[in-house]
Amino acid sequence: MDTGHGPRGPSAVRLVWIYPDLLSTYGDRGNLLVLARRARLRGIPVEIAEVNSDQRVPADGDIYLLGGGEDLPQILAARRLRAGGGLTAAVDRGAVVLAVCAGYQIVGTEFGGVDGEAVPGLGLLNIRSGRGERRGVGEITADVDPALGVQRLTGFENHQGTTWRAPEVKPLATVLTGVGNGDGTEGAYSGRVVGTYLHGPALVRNPSLADLLLSWVTGPLRPADPRQEELVQTLRRERLATSAAPG
Amino acid sequence: MSTSSPPSRRSGLPISARLATTVGGAAGRASRLAGRGDGSVIGGVIGLRLKPDLLSLLARGRQIVLVTGTNGKTTTTRLISAAIGTMGQQVASNAFGANMEAGLVAALARAPDAIMAVLEVDEKYLPAMLTATGARVVTLLNLSRDQMDRAAEIWLLARRWRAALAAADCRVIANADDPLVAWAAGQARQVTWVAAGQRWHDDSWCCPNCGSHLRRDGEDWQCGECPNRRPPVSWVLAGDEVIDPTGRSRTLDLLLPGRANRSNAVVALAVADVFGVPVPQALNAIGQVRSVAGRYTHVERHGCDLRLLLAKNPAGWLEALDVLVPAPVPVTLAVNAQVPDGRDTSWLWDVDYRRLRGRPVFVTGERRTDLAVRLEADEVAFRVVGSIDEAIEQSGRPSMEVIANYTAFQQIRALLGRAA
Repeated sequence: MDTGHGPRGPSAVRLVWIYPDLLSTYGDRGNLLVLARRARLRGIPVEIAEVNSDQRVPADGDIYLLGGGEDLPQILAARRLRAGGGLTAAVDRGAVVLAVCAGYQIVGTEFGGVDGEAVPGLGLLNIRSGRGERRGVGEITADVDPALGVQRLTGFENHQGTTWRAPEVKPLATVLTGVGNGDGTEGAYSGRVVGTYLHGPALVRNPSLADLLLSWVTGPLRPADPRQEELVQTLRRERLATSAAPG
Repeated sequence: MSTSSPPSRRSGLPISARLATTVGGAAGRASRLAGRGDGSVIGGVIGLRLKPDLLSLLARGRQIVLVTGTNGKTTTTRLISAAIGTMGQQVASNAFGANMEAGLVAALARAPDAIMAVLEVDEKYLPAMLTATGARVVTLLNLSRDQMDRAAEIWLLARRWRAALAAADCRVIANADDPLVAWAAGQARQVTWVAAGQRWHDDSWCCPNCGSHLRRDGEDWQCGECPNRRPPVSWVLAGDEVIDPTGRSRTLDLLLPGRANRSNAVVALAVADVFGVPVPQALNAIGQVRSVAGRYTHVERHGCDLRLLLAKNPAGWLEALDVLVPAPVPVTLAVNAQVPDGRDTSWLWDVDYRRLRGRPVFVTGERRTDLAVRLEADEVAFRVVGSIDEAIEQSGRPSMEVIANYTAFQQIRALLGRAA
């Protein structure tokens, strides 16, 4: 796998996919591909590093992606990331993080292990997670915090997690249909660290969230060519129509 | 019990079980006549409602082979049946992929006199079906991500298999090249290990025993931190050759395409060997299987020769893309997300479609927009069409490859009039 950045222009966005060997259960690669595509649509070059769990996490990335995983890989990934320190250093530098599902729990202060015991996370977000009473499986829609200027979220969730936020951590969105954090909110963000229970390719149906993450690195993005947006907007309409938000 | 010319094995069943299979059988025939399906499940459902332990009763006194894994169950079941069938005995089998309890019941009820039975089993149901049938042989092919909205995480599945197999008195035929499968079979009393290969590695980067990163060197694998490693194998698939436990190498000459089917064939040979089928005899029978429940079938439609390939999950898509005839033959991809397919299309992002660049590609199915967005990200040119017929018309070529996931595949077969 490609782990080195190699020679690069100063303006390239460096995307780092953390531990695809441990944290990639179902289509997580989609987030990497969508960010790369949307950057390139604006003429912004992209460099991609896929970092496995036996490799060092570089501290000089711009956007870090953490995906979903089963219990054992999740615990191991958290342990390796804590020991390595690369991701934490990057966040201290102002790097952007998108963490989905198990990755979302890992960036918190603690999460539930195989038998429900508390496992320490990275503490990049002041949240903690545990096992909820029922599994949330299905389409999820949620309205994003207006401060972020992101369109309604549409995605698929498949988890049994419940997440509690410290008062200073804002929810990413308010749930319309689905489970999310378990208290009517979905995901969380603080600074440039964003977590969500939308699993796998969360950015595919949420291009404006992808653009927000990119803009945190590059500054304001010029709009993409509408012809390049047509399909994904059709997909959004189809999915939002079938998940029939109440009210 | 005597195996010489039993008058009818069913006469040995309690009356309530006989009634349950009779009523169930009638329902199956009615379902077939009504065109609702191949009738393999409805009879079993009714029978089980009347007699919940029907499967155990029907299994009694038979030599049963169970076949499970994420991909290749239906095909391998067919190959094993073909190989064992050369011994001249009737073989009961759920040949059309009805692989939950009712499907197993229906298969056994349909063949009351068959001493031998080869039954594919849904991964989730293996422990229960193993207990119910008292199977003599359990065949484990592979485990990878599949329909995660309704299936358990695969490590949990492997853990359940491991516990069930440790407690069972059966021979396990297992793919040593799949670390999850090897771990699942690791505590079984008798295991025949087969080097059947593993094309899809993305669900076995970490050790199922301890969670650490697995080290891989070609097909070999071992954990960096615990003693878990690839077990020594007795059957080997090496390219187009199969090497048997005596070290004798033979060419696999199959009508079914692709590496995945060579892998299925080697596993089938190992199973047939348990029942004393000579390798050349088994190989000959396996080599003649041309299509399996519509898969790999060629169908003529409006002057176009269609070949139908089923792919239900990322590993299956990888194998299907491997067997495509080269460009410029067009490819139609059809994707649905009904309950049997999994409602979640996230898996599309686990498949690398880039190798479809530079040939005509059509996308269809109920979730064609999801597929289109996926191909767009991989910079594959494509056209969205409403149906296979539209793809045939637009392509204007004499042949076409079709890859579809489960219900999309069934819809296409229905459209083609079950000639497929």
